[in-house]
Amino acid sequence: MSKFKKKANVKQEIPTSSMPDVVFMLLFFFMVTTQMRDSSIMVKQKLPQATQLRKLTRKSLVTYIYIGEPSKTDQFGKEPKIQVNDVFIEPKDIIQWVNTEKAKLDEIERDQITISMKIDSDSKRGIISDVETELRRANARIINYSAGYKKEI
Amino acid sequence: MPRATPDIPNASMADIAFLLLTFFLVTTTVANDKGLTLLLPPPPEAMPPDQDVKIQERNLFKIQINSFDALLVEGEPYTGSMRELSDKIKAFVQNNGVDPESSDNPEKAIVSFKADRGTTHKKFIEVLDAAQRAYYEIYAEKLGVTVDQWRDIASDPERKAEYNKSREGIPMQISIAEPTKVGG
Repeated sequence: MSKFKKKANVKQEIPTSSMPDVVFMLLFFFMVTTQMRDSSIMVKQKLPQATQLRKLTRKSLVTYIYIGEPSKTDQFGKEPKIQVNDVFIEPKDIIQWVNTEKAKLDEIERDQITISMKIDSDSKRGIISDVETELRRANARIINYSAGYKKEI
Repeated sequence: MPRATPDIPNASMADIAFLLLTFFLVTTTVANDKGLTLLLPPPPEAMPPDQDVKIQERNLFKIQINSFDALLVEGEPYTGSMRELSDKIKAFVQNNGVDPESSDNPEKAIVSFKADRGTTHKKFIEVLDAAQRAYYEIYAEKLGVTVDQWRDIASDPERKAEYNKSREGIPMQISIAEPTKVGG
């Protein structure tokens, strides 16, 4: 009869005293892993996908170039543009830009500068190869085509 | 006289922490710093002017892409998968003179890769990926590891010896030619 009568006399409360600790732990995790982007990207960035990705090992040697259709097409037109830092540049300005970037590095490391090319999938080879020719002239020959991961088919 | 105990109210601490947490959650971007690495050739001006190196036809594996992203492999239209293209390149590099139409040895084998100015970057990356996969697989097989493991070895400066050993005698020669200007 009394099988179902009694409820267990246990407190039904989740202890909350450790909650701040847990939250702080998460907070520190995100604080450490967060990277503030130093420039806002003004071009479309739908990166291509590839299977044979390799990591960039030394972050300090890496500099970024963004190529793609400008996000504000009404202002800059539809043709893909080259962005470095916060500005659009033309291929002829690349040598100068590479030299300023190289000057930021230690003298012995200057030849190891790595250019990470973040190029939108819809960009055409024409503009990219112009950039590459200038990079060769600027003697910044190690490049990395940024790509997303794709499973091997 | 009883002193007032200095107490900091800590009931709101969790709220503040949550607020900060939310801020960092929202602003966090997971850095995507992976991609296909490539070493560009020296500048065009630095090349000796009359150095027209004769390369035998058999040692060249030609891949061409036009502005419609259509492929021409060894002179014939190619519609197969990128996986098959990788296998073809592997067979070409490791031919060692067996097939008279294919390469003499891995050191002479060159994968020549020519795009058009109108080729999309997407297609270019697909083909470059296939070519690099072919070489990476050869290297990985030589060391007896998987391709994923080999790429980890390659990006680890402390394992240079293994990396050099796997590449010995099989240089990765992927030549990317100046793109053609006609939209053909």
